[in-house]
Amino acid sequence: MITFMNNSDSEEEPCNERTSLMSAESPPVPSYQDGLQASEAGEAQGHRKRRTGSSRSPNNIADGEVSDSAVPVRERALENEEEELTLKYGAKHVIMLFVPVTLCMIVVVATIKSVRFYTEKNGQLIYTPFSEDTPSVGQRLLNSVLNTIIMISVIVVMTVFLVVLYKYRCYKFIHGWLILSSLMLLFLFTYIYLGEVLKTYNVAMDYPTLFLVIWNFGAVGMICIHWKGPLQLQQAYLIMISALMALVFIKYLPEWSAWVILGAISIYDLMAVLCPKGPLRMLVETAQERNEPIFPALIYSSAMMWTVAMAKSDTAARGPSQQTWDAAEDGRENHRTTSHADSQMSETRSPVPTRPITSFEELEEEERGVKLGLGDFIFYSVLVGKAAATASGDWNTTLACFVAILIGLCLTLLLLAVFKKALPALPISITFGLVFYFSTDNLVRPFMDTLASHQLYI
Amino acid sequence: AFFWLVSLLLSSLVWFIAVKASDPRDERLQKGLLIFGVMFSVLLQEVFRFLYYKLLRKAIEGLVALSEDGCSPISIQQMAYGPGGSRGGMSGAFSMINLLADALGPGTVGIHGDSQLYFLTSAFMTMVLIFLHTFWGILFFHGCEHRRWWEITAVVVMHLAVSGSTFCNPLYVGSLVPSYLLMATAAAWAYLLSGGSAQNLRRFLLCK
Repeated sequence: MITFMNNSDSEEEPCNERTSLMSAESPPVPSYQDGLQASEAGEAQGHRKRRTGSSRSPNNIADGEVSDSAVPVRERALENEEEELTLKYGAKHVIMLFVPVTLCMIVVVATIKSVRFYTEKNGQLIYTPFSEDTPSVGQRLLNSVLNTIIMISVIVVMTVFLVVLYKYRCYKFIHGWLILSSLMLLFLFTYIYLGEVLKTYNVAMDYPTLFLVIWNFGAVGMICIHWKGPLQLQQAYLIMISALMALVFIKYLPEWSAWVILGAISIYDLMAVLCPKGPLRMLVETAQERNEPIFPALIYSSAMMWTVAMAKSDTAARGPSQQTWDAAEDGRENHRTTSHADSQMSETRSPVPTRPITSFEELEEEERGVKLGLGDFIFYSVLVGKAAATASGDWNTTLACFVAILIGLCLTLLLLAVFKKALPALPISITFGLVFYFSTDNLVRPFMDTLASHQLYI
Repeated sequence: AFFWLVSLLLSSLVWFIAVKASDPRDERLQKGLLIFGVMFSVLLQEVFRFLYYKLLRKAIEGLVALSEDGCSPISIQQMAYGPGGSRGGMSGAFSMINLLADALGPGTVGIHGDSQLYFLTSAFMTMVLIFLHTFWGILFFHGCEHRRWWEITAVVVMHLAVSGSTFCNPLYVGSLVPSYLLMATAAAWAYLLSGGSAQNLRRFLLCK
């Protein structure tokens, strides 16, 4: 088990950059308004109905249709709408993120509770060399702190390396790295996981079937994550690989080290995203400057995006206003091709009624989802999974940690709506989670146990 | 739900300290401490319910200020359902989930002379508590909205009464029956407060 852990430092990579949460409203406003100006020239009235950002709320459409010529008025109306949309869709975003986080945690907890393999101690990662089987408490604490320092420094080094590569546009290298690590996750870890689950339930499976299943799962996963695929399938795969990664962490990190690492990584996240020279912040800013999305293998995105291909077929349907469109189209398309072509997800949306739409506005509109880094998923699940694995109060502690993490996520999203820039998603949730874990395990559990034994209710 | 958890945390902290500071062998003292813990926890829960109400009020005012036509997208009554229900769900989950997990495993109910109906009565009690929390939420918020202090005190007293009645366990008739009666009262009261009436009910039942 340990040998492949050694040379797979690419496995560490997935958990580095994924610890940031950002609103996808980052596309800068000027290009939005440029799009408006460009489309002004050649467009008929009907198109404007579609454009005003809020394709979902009818009153805003009426607002947008106020006057044809008064572009400034519409811009101001759009800004107000944007603010209100932020708050209205804030709630929607919260739900959109609750579901995947909950699913990931459920998968991890279910596995921990049923499959014995992930709670057995079978050695440690190379990144946490100090053992915790020491006789004295002080020694154990020291070892766990040392483990944490090593782990965090590995993560920092990887992150900085990735940011440097990104800055110097070594896209091929980054892609190769990401592909290798997701390959390993999708094939090797899934094989181990499936093996253990089958062992637990005493189900026999022959190798050809196994090979077929894993090959299909892995190949579809690679395509979905790195190239194009239906949004929900991509989300499902991202959730699964986060869960697998979290399970690996839960198995191979010794007890106290895990808790100290969780605490340290939320501090690191805070610094990396908020400090001006923090690596994650630089990554996000560089991506925004170049107007590219961050690699899909690192970020869970809850919204859909149009591809240029889709918009082009719409353009072809429009006859006369083609000329004014081409300029805008080409500009956007060039933009898109400089970014890695395979970092776009295509979504075969149900066809909108034939009102032609610009690719500009659609891209801006649809990016109103929220993005959460995969590292956040992983560490949330590690917290809840560890609570499920090691707490003696069993389900109460797990439930308490779960609620604490969700509330932390809620708060973080609220702050995101207020600040409108990339924020670290780990600190608040992990702090709540840790506080609740330790307090529930030590304080609430005896209380509830005594209450339950006397059958008292509060 | 979160606020309920926090109140549970604080009350168990208090109880824990009290237990540690006292003599573990004295049975009656332990029982007394437990009762004290329960009462304190109930009071703390109500305090947190009030705090939650204040928070929601602020949130609604913020939403109203920002919305275009000056009226909030969700009324305080609707808001009262949410927290009440989730609070009930959380307390129910906490009460039952370990029990359910143990119920999966091998064992005999009441082998040491305890009641045979342990699981059944626990289930009923949890159910009544969940409903009660939901109704109390509505009543409480209504009382806070209209500044009717007697409504709020009635909720607190009811909560204390229900918790207190569980002290009669395992004499189940002493705890389940009053709890269900109180629940019926609370249900009717909440229904009336939410704008229902006997006519509405009749119309609903006759599917008009």
